[in-house]
Amino acid sequence: MFAFTLRRLAQSTFVLVAMSFIVFLGVYAIGNPIDLLVNPQADEIERARATVALGLDKPILEQYWIFLKAAARGDLGRSFVYNVPAIDLILSKLPATLELAFAAMLIAVPLAIPLGLVAGLKPDSLIGRAIMAGSILGFSLPTFWVGLVLIMVFSVSLGWLPSNGRGETTLLFGVPVSFLTADGLAHLILPAFNLALFKLSLLIRMTRASAREAMLQDYVKFARAKGLKASRVIGVHVLKNILIPIVTVIGLELGSVIAFAIVTESIFAWPGTGKLLIDSINQLDRPVIVAYLMVIVGLFIIINFVVDVLYSMLDPRVRLGSAAAH
Amino acid sequence: MAEREDSPFRRFAAEFAESRLALFGLALLVCIATVALLAPLVSPQNPYDLAQLDIMDSKLAPGEQSPLGKTYWLGTDDQGRDMLSGIFFGLRISLLVGVSSTVIALALGLLLGLIAAYAGGWVDTVIMRVVDIQLSFPAILIALVLLAVLGQGVGKIIFALITVQWAYYARTVRSAALVERQKEYIEAARVLALPPGRILLRHLLPNCIPPLIVVATVQVAHAITLEATLSFLGLGLPITEPSLGLLIANGFQYLMSGKYWISFYPGLALVLTIVAINLVADQLRDVLNPRLKR
Repeated sequence: MFAFTLRRLAQSTFVLVAMSFIVFLGVYAIGNPIDLLVNPQADEIERARATVALGLDKPILEQYWIFLKAAARGDLGRSFVYNVPAIDLILSKLPATLELAFAAMLIAVPLAIPLGLVAGLKPDSLIGRAIMAGSILGFSLPTFWVGLVLIMVFSVSLGWLPSNGRGETTLLFGVPVSFLTADGLAHLILPAFNLALFKLSLLIRMTRASAREAMLQDYVKFARAKGLKASRVIGVHVLKNILIPIVTVIGLELGSVIAFAIVTESIFAWPGTGKLLIDSINQLDRPVIVAYLMVIVGLFIIINFVVDVLYSMLDPRVRLGSAAAH
Repeated sequence: MAEREDSPFRRFAAEFAESRLALFGLALLVCIATVALLAPLVSPQNPYDLAQLDIMDSKLAPGEQSPLGKTYWLGTDDQGRDMLSGIFFGLRISLLVGVSSTVIALALGLLLGLIAAYAGGWVDTVIMRVVDIQLSFPAILIALVLLAVLGQGVGKIIFALITVQWAYYARTVRSAALVERQKEYIEAARVLALPPGRILLRHLLPNCIPPLIVVATVQVAHAITLEATLSFLGLGLPITEPSLGLLIANGFQYLMSGKYWISFYPGLALVLTIVAINLVADQLRDVLNPRLKR
């Protein structure tokens, strides 16, 4: 376990540095942020002064080296547009994104496991087919289009739910959250459901496939032959075995929900990190783009690590030390 | 007669046809592909020939007649463009991007996966590490960053889609090839002293194909969705190459004022395409999965 953690740490540091290098060089190539930041009427002297002030006059590799040294101290640069530390900007938007992501998972998981189980146990029944048809639909509907239809139906036509922003927020342990006020909750419903739909379908399919395979295994036949009740065979034997891959997927999907929040946040004008990223790309706010990616990559590395550890605890056949060896 | 029934393709086709839903998906897909291919012939107007557009016809509701007596069945957009024609042309671009990126990514992943499985050792380790790292990040994030750096364009989005897809194929091919490599027929081919290239391409490769077909079908749908999403966010295709995603983005601003059709119908076309592909993929997965063989 210790060796595994160490190797993982080394690998993660390598990925982070490699990623930052690629992104730094890439973002550098997009265009000159000075054109957007300085008043178009400004003269050459003023432009040159701004370039020097932002450190853009140095060679790219030197800029990267300065960035890397500062990053090691936790300083990811200052936003060109807002002139505040990029990391602060991201951390201030992170609670909104996390709230949206958790809300989506809270909708998806409790619905998906029972539905998937039913579809897997009775694949040829009417209800099994209906669940699968629904999940294929949910899987096929592009997130952004579902968002548009939700706005079209619930905001424009029916006028039931608001379609943009977070609504009223309250502080919970010093962090602003929406779900504790009625107005905030109303704002949360549409984007959370929008984000949940794809995960819901994915988890239903996963659960169904695992349940179908598990039902053909010898241990299920054996449990039945022993005369156990169907509820015990399914509730204990089947569920325990299929939960292993499902937990892994839920863990990994949490990361992808945060990434997919980029789309949902753009549609519902949810003030989270995803919207910040799209705005920063459009405004060529390099430090924020780089900092966003560093934070997200870091988050992913942590999530993957936790999932791997959980996996080894759930499934005694997995040994972490040897897992990385082959 | 008995001989013909036993041919693998016939058996495969018969099993596939067991699901009526899948056959429906296949039929729908054929229709969509035909319309996309023949778009310039079947569209009521060329939506990108400015001479054919009339600004007086802008934002007409579906089925409404223009002052000149033309009927637009799916309405028109803000520039008076017939939505139906726009959708046909949009489908063409969406399918082109989705299919071509999938085919290239498939070829690349196939090659690297086979090399990894066959060579083993450090070659395998390096290729699979890259695959692992890449697959631990969501495709949309990688594509978004790539396009932020590269800018807009058909070639650029195809490049981004290839980059996010190849790893799926490499992983699938490698695991299939590792299983197949242990089997007797490969050993027999080795004993016969056939050259490695021949063993790889003529013996190993054909037996790794079934799982790849499933992955590739699903991936075409993913690629089309991803392109539409990126174009919607304004990072995919330029306005001169309007895919379905761009049409939807264009209509978004009119959604709030109740002019739903500019966004809704291109979205519906996109959804039908993806549903059709997924219906086919779902049945393929069941038919080609040996673990579910009764």
